[in-house]
Amino acid sequence: MSWVNAVVQGILLGGLYALVAAGLSLVFGVMRIVNLAHGVLAVLAAFGAYVLGDTLGLHPFLALLVVVPVMAAVGYGLQRGLLNRALGGGELAPLLVTFGLAVVLQNALLEAFSADSRRLDLGSLGTASIPVTDGLAVGVFPLLAAVTGVVVIAAIGQFLARTATGRAMRATSDDRDAAALMGIDGRHLYGVATAIALATVAIAGVFLGARSTFDPAAGGTTLIFAFEAVVIGGLGSLWGTLLGGVVLGVAQAVGAAVDPAYGVLAGHVVFLVVLATRPRGLLPSAVTA
Amino acid sequence: MHRRTPSRPGPARTAVRAVAAAGAGLLTLSACGGGLGSADGDGGDGGDTLTIGYVTPQSGPLAAFGEADSFVVDQMTAYFADNPLEIGGTSYDVEIVVKDTQSDSVRAGEVTAELINDDGADLVLAASTPDTVNPVADQCEANGVPCITTAAPWQPYFFGRGGTEGSSFDWTYHFFWGLEDVEAVYQDMWSQVDTNRQAGALWPNDPDGNAWSADFPGVVGENGYSITDPGLYENGTQDYSAQISAFQAADDQILLGVPIPPDFATFWQQAQQQGYTPRIATVAKALLFPSAVEAIGDSADGLCTEVWWSPQHPFTSSLTGQSAQELADAYEEATGRQWTQPIGFVHALFEVAVAALTEAGSTDGQAVVDALSSLQVSTIAGDLDWTSGPVPNVAKTPLVGGQWRASDGGEHPFDLVVVSNSEAPEIPTAGTVEPLG
Repeated sequence: MSWVNAVVQGILLGGLYALVAAGLSLVFGVMRIVNLAHGVLAVLAAFGAYVLGDTLGLHPFLALLVVVPVMAAVGYGLQRGLLNRALGGGELAPLLVTFGLAVVLQNALLEAFSADSRRLDLGSLGTASIPVTDGLAVGVFPLLAAVTGVVVIAAIGQFLARTATGRAMRATSDDRDAAALMGIDGRHLYGVATAIALATVAIAGVFLGARSTFDPAAGGTTLIFAFEAVVIGGLGSLWGTLLGGVVLGVAQAVGAAVDPAYGVLAGHVVFLVVLATRPRGLLPSAVTA
Repeated sequence: MHRRTPSRPGPARTAVRAVAAAGAGLLTLSACGGGLGSADGDGGDGGDTLTIGYVTPQSGPLAAFGEADSFVVDQMTAYFADNPLEIGGTSYDVEIVVKDTQSDSVRAGEVTAELINDDGADLVLAASTPDTVNPVADQCEANGVPCITTAAPWQPYFFGRGGTEGSSFDWTYHFFWGLEDVEAVYQDMWSQVDTNRQAGALWPNDPDGNAWSADFPGVVGENGYSITDPGLYENGTQDYSAQISAFQAADDQILLGVPIPPDFATFWQQAQQQGYTPRIATVAKALLFPSAVEAIGDSADGLCTEVWWSPQHPFTSSLTGQSAQELADAYEEATGRQWTQPIGFVHALFEVAVAALTEAGSTDGQAVVDALSSLQVSTIAGDLDWTSGPVPNVAKTPLVGGQWRASDGGEHPFDLVVVSNSEAPEIPTAGTVEPLG
C-alpha cells in the first residue's frame, strides 16, 4: 500500500510542479528565454496575496482575482520594457537580465518584508483530506493544486491552438521575420506571452505560499524543480511539462519510499537521464507552444 | 516548437545549451544576495580606537538569525559612545564593523579576512549556525586574531573544525549548548506526556541531521525510547508521505526532528492531511522564531522546542544592567516585533568581548586570548566559564524546553512557555507540557 501511496502523492506533487512550470515552459517555447526570475516572481505573487490577506482579510483564492491581473500587467511591462530589448543582444543577454532581475527582486522583497517566514492561510482546507482506503488519504489541497495545474496547461494549450493570437504566437515562434511580413507585431505578442506566463506564475505562487512557508529567499528550490519538469517533458512543450512534472513528482515520492535520502536525488537522476538520452525531452513534438 | 531549418542550431542543441547556461545561473543565484545593512567602517587607524568586527547572516536563508543584530549593534554603539572602554588604564573608543555573510559560508570566511586585513579588527565576533561561525573562526585562527562565537551547538563548532581531545584552538572561543543538552531536554519533555515511547525522527541530510541521527538513538534508547528513523532526507524535499507512512506504521506517538522551517511546514500540513497525529512534537531549528511558528498557523499550537534564551531567564547584562525581560522589552519597543532567542546571545557576545579585553588589560591579541582561555563572566545568556567546558575553547550555556501556545487575544499570536528545566533549575518554568490534539 505504501507504494500506491507514494505514486498517488507523487502524481499530485507532479501536478503542482506542472502548475509552477507552465509559465516557464510557455516563455521558453515562444521566445527561447529561460526565465531565471521565475521562482522569485512566484514568491512575489505569494507576497502580493499575503498583503491582500493581511490588510483586507481576503482569502488567498479570492486574492487571485487581484494578483493574477496585476502579475499579468507586470509581465507585459517586463517583456516590452526589458526583455524585448535584451532579446536583441544574443542568447545570453535575456538569461543574464532575468538573473539580475531575480537578485534585485529577492533583495527588494527582503528589504520590504524582512526575512520572516510567511504563509497564506487556507483555514481548514489546508489540512482537509479524503480517506480513500486504510493507509491512503488524499489531501484536498494537493488535489486542488494538481487539478489547477492540468486546467492551466489545458487552457494555455487551447489558447495557442484555437485563438488568432495563439496562432500568431506560434507563427512568431516558428519564424519571427516571416510572421512580421504577415503583419504580426512580435513585440506585442511576446508581451502577451509573458503576461500569460506571469498570470500562471501568480496562481502557482499562491498555491506554493499556501502549501508551505515562504520567505524572500524561497524562489530557488521552486525554480529548480520547475526547470527540471520543463526539461524532462521537453522544452517548450506544454503537455510535456505536465508529464515532466508528474514524472519528477513520482520519481521523488517513490525514491523517498525506498529511502528518504533518495527522494530529491531520484528526481535529479531522472532529470539527468532524460537530458542525456532524450535531450529534447519525453514529448518534444506534442502540442507545441 | 518546430524549428527545422538546417542552418540553425536544432532545438535539441539549443535546449542543451540553454540548460547548461541556466544551470550555471542557478548555481550562482544563491550566492548573489545584496549587502544589506552592512555598516562598513573605515577603522583600523590604531590610536585609541578599538575595532570590533561582527560577522552575521543578514540576508539569504539564514537571515532570520540576523534580525536582532541591528538592534543589538545599535544598542552597543550607543553604549560604547557613552562608556568608552577602559583597558589597562587607557580609554578606547569602540567601533563596531558589521559584515553580512549573505548566508554563504565561503563569503563568511572572505568578509572575515576583510575585517582583519582592511578594517584592522582587533577582535572578531560571529553568531548563528556552524555555517557562519566555523569559517569565521577558521579565518581568525589562521590570522592570529581573537575570535568569539556563539549560537551554534559546540560539537560541530569544535569537532567540525578538527578539534580533538588532544588538540584545541589558540585564537578562537565559543559559548553555547551541545547535543547532550538537547537530548536531555527533549527526554524530559517526552516524559511529561503519556506515550508508548515510540519516536519518529525527521532528520535532514545536513550537519545537524547527521549529528542528531548518529547520537540520539543510542542516548534515548537507554531510557526505553525507540526511534523510527526512515533515513536522512534532502533539505527542500516536497513530499513526506514516505516518512508519514513509516511513523504511522510504527505508531510513533512522539515526533522529533531538526528540519529547516519551510520543510517542517510542508511536513506538518501533509501529516495532518494523511492523518498522522503524534501526542508530542519536539522540533528544533524550525520552531526557533515566532514568525516561523505563526506561519505554520493554528496547528502550531502545542509544538515544543528547545529554549536557549527567554525573557524569563534570571540573568542580567554585565554592561547595561538590564534583565532579560528588560532587554526583550527594549527590543519589542524599538522594533515592534516579538522577541527572539538570538537577542540575548548576540548581546552576550559583546559582554564577553568587553570582559576579555578588560581582563587582558591590553588590546594585544595574545593577551586577549590568554584572558579568554580562563575567563569567567556572568552574562545575560547565563554564567559562562571557559575553565570548565566539555572541551577547551568552549563554555556551556543552560538549555531548557519550551512549548508554543496560542495566546487568546495576547500581544503576540503565539507565546513560548518554558515547560522543562531539568537541565537548568535556576530558570523558572511556567507550566508543563500539554499533549497535542
